[in-house]
Amino acid sequence: MFGFLGPNGAGKTTSLKMLLGLIAPTAGQAEVLGRPLGDRSARAKIGFLPEHFRFHDWMTGHEMLRFHGRLFGLSGPPLEWRIRELLKRVDLVDAAGRRLAGYSKGMLQRVGLAQAMLARPELVFLDEPTSGLDPLGRLLVRDVIREMRADGTAVFLNSHLLGEVEATCDRVVFVKAGRVLTERRLDARDESVAIELRVGGTPPALLQALGAHGTVHADGDGRVRVDVADAAVAPELARAVVGAGVDLRAMTVRRPTLEEVFLDVMGQDSRPG
Amino acid sequence: MIRAVVTIVLATLAEASRRRILLATLLLGVAFVILFSVGITFAQAEMVREGDSPLQRPLVLGMLTLAGLYAVNFLTVITAAFLPVDTLSGEIASGVMQTVASKPIHRGTIVFGKWLAHVIVLVGYVLLIGGGVILAARLITGILPPNVHLGLTFLVLEGLTVLTVSIAAGTRVSTIANGIICVGLYGIAFLGGWFEQIGTFAGLGSASTIGTVASLIFPSEAMWQLAAYSMQPAIARDLQLTPLSPVSVPSPLMVVWTVGYVIAMLAFAFRSFARRSL
Repeated sequence: MFGFLGPNGAGKTTSLKMLLGLIAPTAGQAEVLGRPLGDRSARAKIGFLPEHFRFHDWMTGHEMLRFHGRLFGLSGPPLEWRIRELLKRVDLVDAAGRRLAGYSKGMLQRVGLAQAMLARPELVFLDEPTSGLDPLGRLLVRDVIREMRADGTAVFLNSHLLGEVEATCDRVVFVKAGRVLTERRLDARDESVAIELRVGGTPPALLQALGAHGTVHADGDGRVRVDVADAAVAPELARAVVGAGVDLRAMTVRRPTLEEVFLDVMGQDSRPG
Repeated sequence: MIRAVVTIVLATLAEASRRRILLATLLLGVAFVILFSVGITFAQAEMVREGDSPLQRPLVLGMLTLAGLYAVNFLTVITAAFLPVDTLSGEIASGVMQTVASKPIHRGTIVFGKWLAHVIVLVGYVLLIGGGVILAARLITGILPPNVHLGLTFLVLEGLTVLTVSIAAGTRVSTIANGIICVGLYGIAFLGGWFEQIGTFAGLGSASTIGTVASLIFPSEAMWQLAAYSMQPAIARDLQLTPLSPVSVPSPLMVVWTVGYVIAMLAFAFRSFARRSL
């Protein structure tokens, strides 16, 4: 599970379209599944659900899946079985005979997800797959994504819903203005942690002492967050507080949320307004 | 490759049917043939009643038939322009194309499949209204225009020119711009056709040249002139009586040009669609 994060306009969808061969890069090269961009044999193993997904709305759900299945080169009973299996998976068996024009946004998203999974792909690109869905719809999509991962499918998730990414991804990269800023593993145990302190005061000497162990964020309200590389330094932070003659009122060790990481990486200047 | 083309053709035909495009085409085509049949029936009955000479009768009825075919020509052009006008641009604009084009198929497959599906509908339409007019004339008046197969072929080729331009432009421009391009090109060809006829009739070389150039730019009208020329009775052809009887007949080379034109437009459509961002 790979998360592709960045603010609006960072070039997430553009990158994804290039990887799918929908647009040609102006410069540079890339490979997908070991094949050059746009290669048809690679595309046979790729599923894709675009952000503003639209399908032929005059087709029924079943017809749409059959049409896309045939374009994947599937046919006959194996295709029909696969369609039935996927319709059951995304909970659309009853609506399969209805035209897409009458589907709700959530139903379209689900049938779109089924479309992306038709050819048992090795890699699936999902562009904002849960935007505009209600919590139940989101949960279903999240479950389907987890199942894909369990089946060994690599999932490339484009999203700015950080909670979504945090809940599903193993690895994320942050992009801004068309460039990758940094890459991070979300499953790594030795990943940096945030140690939050509540202290009686924040004299400069204390901040300096804490700064020796990591990046310090102090809000002047007696709350200090120190991002450190290893949770093992926690006792040393406590000693530093006490050593500076400041009261230590509370101390919590936790992993920084993806939102904190995101804001750190993007820089505060990227906040709109 | 072939299976993907068949998939696109079937989906395009299913869409035309589901969106009642086929039904509308069929119903209005049938209404057109019925109106023609009623008209020519009354005309013939009146001529028999009035005791018009048997020499004059086939001439007038033949001209009425040709007038019917002239309307067929016009309907063919307009239908050929509008049938596929949004088939590519519409799906590109709505984003439907993104999931289709990311499949393991060549983009040319999509263009060719859509082109072929619309050609099937167009040929059916020309046979319905063109064949209907000819059949009705034959059954009601007993007059069968000469070279019917040749005339209908030219009509199909005329429609094919417009249809292929409509598909090709659809890879680049929006639906409305595409419609404007097709009708605009038809206007150029139409005007050029009349310049050529009147220029030739009045011995004005420049007007005739302008007409030829217009036909090279868009050869639809030239195909109609060939159709009209081949299907009119020899006597009308010799007398050059009506605006429907071409004075200046396009050379057979124009047929070669038109076929080449269609192939080139299709090649352009392939190339243009393969390169565009979706």
